[in-house]
Amino acid sequence: MNSREKILTAVKMNQPAMQQLPDEEAIAVIQYEDKLAQFTTVLKTIGGNVVPINCIDEIVDFVKNNFSDSQNYVTTLSELDGIAMLDEKLDAHFLENIEVAVVKALFGVAENGSVWLTDAEVKIRALPFICQHLAVVLQKNDFVNNMQEAYKITGKSDYNFGVFIAGPSKTADIEQSLVLGAHGPKTMTVFVLDN
Amino acid sequence: MSSINAKHPELAEAFNKDEARVDWHDETLWWIRQKRDKAAWTIPEWEVLRETASAIKNNVLSNMHEYLVEFEAKARANGIIVHWAADGKEHNEIIHAILQENKVSQIVKSKSMLTEECGLNEYLAKNEIDVVDTDLGERIVQLANEHPSHIVLPCIHWKKEEIGELFHQHLNTPKGNADPQFLTNAARIHLREKFLTRRIAITGVNFAVAETGEFVVCTNEGNADMGAHLADVHIACMGIEKIIPQRKHLGIFLRLLARSATGQPITTYSSHFQKPNAGQVMHIVLVDNGRTVQLGREDFRNSLKCIRCAACFNTCPVYRRSGGHSYHTAIAGPIGAILAPNLDMKKYADLPFASTLCGSCSNVCPVKIDIHNQLYKWRQEITEEGYSPKTKTVAMKVMAAILSKPAVFNFAGKAGRWVMKYLPFVVNNKLNPWYKQRDMPAPPKQSFTEWYKKNRK
Repeated sequence: MNSREKILTAVKMNQPAMQQLPDEEAIAVIQYEDKLAQFTTVLKTIGGNVVPINCIDEIVDFVKNNFSDSQNYVTTLSELDGIAMLDEKLDAHFLENIEVAVVKALFGVAENGSVWLTDAEVKIRALPFICQHLAVVLQKNDFVNNMQEAYKITGKSDYNFGVFIAGPSKTADIEQSLVLGAHGPKTMTVFVLDN
Repeated sequence: MSSINAKHPELAEAFNKDEARVDWHDETLWWIRQKRDKAAWTIPEWEVLRETASAIKNNVLSNMHEYLVEFEAKARANGIIVHWAADGKEHNEIIHAILQENKVSQIVKSKSMLTEECGLNEYLAKNEIDVVDTDLGERIVQLANEHPSHIVLPCIHWKKEEIGELFHQHLNTPKGNADPQFLTNAARIHLREKFLTRRIAITGVNFAVAETGEFVVCTNEGNADMGAHLADVHIACMGIEKIIPQRKHLGIFLRLLARSATGQPITTYSSHFQKPNAGQVMHIVLVDNGRTVQLGREDFRNSLKCIRCAACFNTCPVYRRSGGHSYHTAIAGPIGAILAPNLDMKKYADLPFASTLCGSCSNVCPVKIDIHNQLYKWRQEITEEGYSPKTKTVAMKVMAAILSKPAVFNFAGKAGRWVMKYLPFVVNNKLNPWYKQRDMPAPPKQSFTEWYKKNRK
């Protein structure tokens, strides 16, 4: 008997009598009066930033005014004039010097300040992790209250790779002192477009 | 046998020599416990979430066979190569074979307590493979040739000045610089080079979804993603108990995990790996290593519900004051003390006794494992098997004799109070294990019986 069969046989023999799954849909889950306000408060608490904008061009100005090394900005948004489009064919290792990456997210989660991104938005999986500064664009209506609502949106879709990102990469491994910018981005800015 | 059984007390005694450090350790972990409370209180349905998570995990234990088969099929359909390892040795061999196949001798690894449990680093080192742990805390203990002392905060027992000195020796940072921001940046530069040059990355797994064949990895630093996305080959290692039925259940577990662990609303990154990147190969290793045996132990199977948040560590009065290394096992703390005896009852016979049975661990557990009850049950099994600490066994027999005879009990109480009042040096000395690292209380003037007789009118 190989290990697969050995393990599965032992599991079958030792697992207890069937216990039904709970109905997690019946839980009264937290709701916020103003999802965007809650999202903003939480994201700022965990080191991120929220910037309300009225038109997409404001992103370019904001990025240029707040970050340096402007020849190393990339975006996956074709509507963003003034920031270079990401070459999807690029080897991820060449993204090492990217200063700012601007990508679209699918939605934000009010309870924890996270945004959901998949392969379709980032094009190259390493992009939102390897860049020095991450900027994400959401529409004002793209917010859900909580994680249960979030998974209703992702449903059973095939995304290949998807990630909730909540703020800049961080660590507190040295004496519990919080440091922003562990291995990934040192800042995270969420642009919220008023539509 | 006594040397095996005396391990936790001896190791804790060594940790307790530096009183200022113990106080710092104790207070820091308690601060994290308080952060957990504050985070939990922001969610009105918190207790319902715990109850639901517990019920989902009960279902997982009762239907694990089906879920594992379903997960394997879905993961394969997604293009992931699935391996099964009966024990730590096989797990290590599978990984080594993948490295050999790819002619790779240098790898990066993000946090995986399973690989610690299996002794992967030591095994690969013997086979001349260079493993770089990329979680900052894990890298620190790795450079110091130590093991993590906490599953979420691996170097919680280190002071920043010591880390400064360690980095000075290994990463050439200036001597005497102990600034966390500066040291973290030095590690960032050091590890970026590893991420960019290593062709194989190993990660752990927080949750694996039977329904979709995907697995989720949670980090704050982004090290799992940096490793996995920049490598040609990604190997994810998971214990079979990490399986959950459906994707929507992640909604419950991700709401509980980081809040329970550090008081954060969610980890910075919750990465869902469903299919390998174009041009990349993805492996997943499903490991038993004693889990199926634990599944068959009615009294202890609940320990397999653990999601490794370490809330039970942070709240435990014994862990906070004895340090992770006193548990001499990969997973320390109260949960480690019920997992380890399953792997080797004799070797870890001391661990279930490293508890006050106060129940604080069970109160904070996000999946409602009855940790303190299991610790108590392990004590009974261990004592029956004859592995219990000798000094405790003798003391228990003396106590039993006294407690069974009221006259003897009354006399013993009087004698004890008299001794503590007039001859305190008889108890306040090194021969009394309770005096170590503790101050004996002032003796009460009268016993409860005496007080009751006087006051019951």
